[in-house]
Amino acid sequence: MDDFLLRAVFAGLGVALVTGPLGVFVVWRRMAYFGDTLAHSALLGIALGFLLGINLNLSVILLSILLALLLVGMNRNSHLSHDTQLGILAHSALSLGLVVMAFQTSVRVDLMAYLFGDILAVNATDLLWVWGGGFVVLTILMLIWKPLLSITVHEELAQVEGTPVVAVRIAFMLLIALVIAVSMKIVGVLLVTSMMIIPAAAARNLSRTPEQMALLAAVMGAIAVILGLAGSWQWDTPAGPSVVVAAALLFSVVRVVIPAR
Amino acid sequence: MSNQPETLIEAKAVSISHQGRAVLQDVNMAVRRGEIVTLIGPNGAGKTTLIRVMLGLIKADSGKVVRSAGLCIGYMPQHLSLSENMPLTVRRFLQMAGKNSKLSMQDVLQELAIEPLADYPMQRLSGGERQRVLLARALLRQPDLLVLDEPVQGVDVTGQAALYNLITRIRNRFNCGVLMISHDLHLVMANTDQVLCLNHHVCCSGHPDSVSQHPAYLELFGTAAQSELAIYTHHHDHTHDIHGNVESDHEGHGHG
Repeated sequence: MDDFLLRAVFAGLGVALVTGPLGVFVVWRRMAYFGDTLAHSALLGIALGFLLGINLNLSVILLSILLALLLVGMNRNSHLSHDTQLGILAHSALSLGLVVMAFQTSVRVDLMAYLFGDILAVNATDLLWVWGGGFVVLTILMLIWKPLLSITVHEELAQVEGTPVVAVRIAFMLLIALVIAVSMKIVGVLLVTSMMIIPAAAARNLSRTPEQMALLAAVMGAIAVILGLAGSWQWDTPAGPSVVVAAALLFSVVRVVIPAR
Repeated sequence: MSNQPETLIEAKAVSISHQGRAVLQDVNMAVRRGEIVTLIGPNGAGKTTLIRVMLGLIKADSGKVVRSAGLCIGYMPQHLSLSENMPLTVRRFLQMAGKNSKLSMQDVLQELAIEPLADYPMQRLSGGERQRVLLARALLRQPDLLVLDEPVQGVDVTGQAALYNLITRIRNRFNCGVLMISHDLHLVMANTDQVLCLNHHVCCSGHPDSVSQHPAYLELFGTAAQSELAIYTHHHDHTHDIHGNVESDHEGHGHG
């Protein structure tokens, strides 16, 4: 096996191990659109990173965190419904990112790589970002697991029982921002949310507890990465989309074989 | 006054407005240990808002809420909108109440007659079952004060009476205070010590018998409320268990 393919597999597995457990909360908390919004705006982070000449990972992380905090604030005291707010933000950030990038004359930017990921071009530094960032995210997720689960079941009940709701919610949003930033290069801004949603949904009917579902979501994501890359290698299809297609197939198979209980 | 039980929680001149409209105006109320206080009032009268202020979920614009030191509250919310995608059994849901209670899970499951449901997914519960599970979660904290937001919602009429009786039994057993919201006074009459009739301000309050005759109450609920009371003064020669099945006192049954 070639080195670049090995790096691709490791990068993909690193992404799947993190997006799975985080994705179950995105599914439970009905935050798919929120994830999309952060992911779409990551492109603006890349554009700004180029413009200001700073590390792209860093600029994406910073912008995502800024947006996540902005969304926490936006959520309240608004006459617009939440999905409208997200819709405005998601698409204006994506478009603004594309517009800002068009001003980029000095560097020729491979736009497709950022939109759909370029897993076969992963280098050692990217691997370090993925696994290092992933380790941080999973550690924090484990630390806030109990209160996060509690506010996901019923936020006000959790608050009355003494859970620091706002702090946990912000921590969770920051985790999503971080995951999007580190996995963007692998699966791209348009597909990163799918790696949170699809493996989690595939794990649903196989699980009896929340923890099982989180673990199985990681496993499902890992299988999708391996199948997707194998398919990409075999049929010369784009790697990122192939992984997502594999995840979707996996989801369909599980749903058909094992009905909801 | 020295033999009065301790005041658990007290609202002092609480006012709150939302988008320029007064939701609560100068509301005073208190719940003592061992006392059941019921909030009644029309839709949009501010009942839930008052409870949320008491729970500390929202802040009053003016006035304050005083809690006794170390007060432990068990809260039973009105809704539970759980994602279909979360695999969560009743037992696991109840474990989230935390470990601060000496009360055993088994004991609570038995008290509320939900033992057979322990391994059920939360999403598969009927209305009445869900209410009892929510009540169990509140109870597991062994609270000084139970706060129940429309505890009988989605429960049929016989189940409602059983649930109110259950709440009274819980109060007697644990000697906690109970603050609850109800829509209809006639159903809670027998199971409440104090009624607070709320329509943005406190219209009237006191013992259920006196409130039901109070002009402010009658004006708010009309004379229909008066005649409805009659339904519950008739004699039963049987009772219903919590599932709505008839538990005969004598052979055969019927309304006397």
